[in-house]
Amino acid sequence: MSEIPTDLRYTASHEWARLNDDGTITIGITDHAQDALGDIVFVELPEVDSELSQGDASCVVESVKAASDIYMPITGVIVDTNQALVDEPEMINSSAYDDGWIFKIKPADEDDIEQLMDASSYEAECEDE
Amino acid sequence: MLIFEHSASGRKTKIQSTSGNEMPTDIPASLLRDEKPGLPEVSEMQAVRHYTSLSQKNFSIDTHFYPLGSCTMKHNPRVCNSLAMLPGFLSRHPLAPEKLSQGFMECMYELQEMLCDVTGMAGFSLAPMAGAQGEFAGIAMIRAYHDANGDTERKEILVPDAAHGTNPATATMCGYTVKEISTLANGDVDIDVLKEAVGPQTAGLMLTNPSTLGVFERRIEEIAKIIHDVGGLLYYDGANLNAILGKIRPGDMGFDVIHSNLHKTFSTPHGGGGPGSGAIGVAERLKPFMPMPGVKKIGNEFQWLTEEDCPHSIGRMSAFFGNPGVLLRAYIYMRLLGAEGMQRVGEFATLNANYMMAQLKARGFEAAIPDRYASHEFIITLKKQAKELNVSAMDFAKRLLDLGYHAPTTYFPLLVPECLLIEPTESEAKEMLDGFVEALVQVQQEAETDADMLHNAPYTMPVNRLDEVRAAKQLDLAWSAESKA
Repeated sequence: MSEIPTDLRYTASHEWARLNDDGTITIGITDHAQDALGDIVFVELPEVDSELSQGDASCVVESVKAASDIYMPITGVIVDTNQALVDEPEMINSSAYDDGWIFKIKPADEDDIEQLMDASSYEAECEDE
Repeated sequence: MLIFEHSASGRKTKIQSTSGNEMPTDIPASLLRDEKPGLPEVSEMQAVRHYTSLSQKNFSIDTHFYPLGSCTMKHNPRVCNSLAMLPGFLSRHPLAPEKLSQGFMECMYELQEMLCDVTGMAGFSLAPMAGAQGEFAGIAMIRAYHDANGDTERKEILVPDAAHGTNPATATMCGYTVKEISTLANGDVDIDVLKEAVGPQTAGLMLTNPSTLGVFERRIEEIAKIIHDVGGLLYYDGANLNAILGKIRPGDMGFDVIHSNLHKTFSTPHGGGGPGSGAIGVAERLKPFMPMPGVKKIGNEFQWLTEEDCPHSIGRMSAFFGNPGVLLRAYIYMRLLGAEGMQRVGEFATLNANYMMAQLKARGFEAAIPDRYASHEFIITLKKQAKELNVSAMDFAKRLLDLGYHAPTTYFPLLVPECLLIEPTESEAKEMLDGFVEALVQVQQEAETDADMLHNAPYTMPVNRLDEVRAAKQLDLAWSAESKA
């Protein structure tokens, strides 16, 4: 069974979101997602300052099996990206929830994160697949 | 080993040189190169053995069963090859005058006509050089059509999530944004989602039917109506035309433009990058936009159809006229089969796929869409094996090579986890289909008893398991003496 930390929020498209103390939200893909994708070889990071709506494709993660869009869990502006992934995209495989974070956003509305699934709902979602 | 690695500096093969093969003396010194070209210096026998040995490493339709889903690796009749290589075809110069190209042009004219007949379209262009270029031409025509009507607010192309990756890529290349339409568990497009998604912004829908999930889209007429009602056009991706060949026609389903991979459905050698043909068919209203050149018939004479005839054409896809060698092979194949033969193609391709799916289900494999008939291909999912035995679809695929079978398509479509997409084609004998089923059963047994062995398969191939991460991240295709050192 894949790891699903209880302090994060999740989307059906397998992104996780973490609300930081400064009001930004860090986004990555779940352990389940990295496992399904296989070895990740390339990450196309989003541009800082781009404004994206919930559900928009924000960037692309490419593995030996497939290239997959990463969707915005909630509406916001990109404020930071994980440049370490440029050289070491495999960190998403080895550390999906920490070193493998992909980008940070400033949400249009901080409370939007409440719409996302909690760990137990996401676990049920993964079971269904 | 590369041919360059056989090279020894200064080696000459004088013994077999023809006499009078000395350095030319009539080229001005200023035009002579200063350095020797970077060619391998090998003996004639080294060169022959090198390339013969490479050819023997081929894993091809001529040596092995090749059920690579969505690729239609069928038999390529040798007669198509020999006729397409008649000197009159082979030596024809692309700029030769029409009166010296009448035979070739007649074949191409008839090919256009036959393709219209078998697909139900009003016109066909043979110009696109490959499937992806056919797609590009098709969507460019949709765009040209909307533009010609002053309908410039249509910015969106709809693509089901089961589609080939080329579909969204094509739409993007043509300046459209892509909206994905989800698929139901039974393999059909989710019509409710489609209804929600369409509107005045809809330029068209790209659909593969039968879909990449290996089932026929049953509500295609309803889908066509939804798209047409909002003023959009319907694009048919011909990847899976083999399944319905001679049985039903995309034109009758309501499609406005289709591309057909002639190299697949009409059996020219393919795999490994070409050459191909992505001929495109259109409904009457898109005819003015077809890419040039084509062939027209005036009286008993064949002439090139050009921009003078079709001023609204989207233009040219290449310097000349498609890939003539591929077009000729497809033409000869169609002439050999006739209308009746084409029906048999669709029937046997479908029968073979359904037979194999039934056999595999009976042996405990899980079909992705178990309750429906397969088209010419079907999917089994190894989700359970991955979870319980830690043996992936890739492990199965690699091990099949050791057992003498080309692997099916793996991990496509993306919707189905740990999948094998299997397309036997109409060409195979029952024994071969049974043999493949037995091979999969054997791999299943190995997965249960010796999973670790499978992780490193294949063992009998010229190259063993590739490091795919390294291959993707450190792609190195150019040889140089320095890099070797």
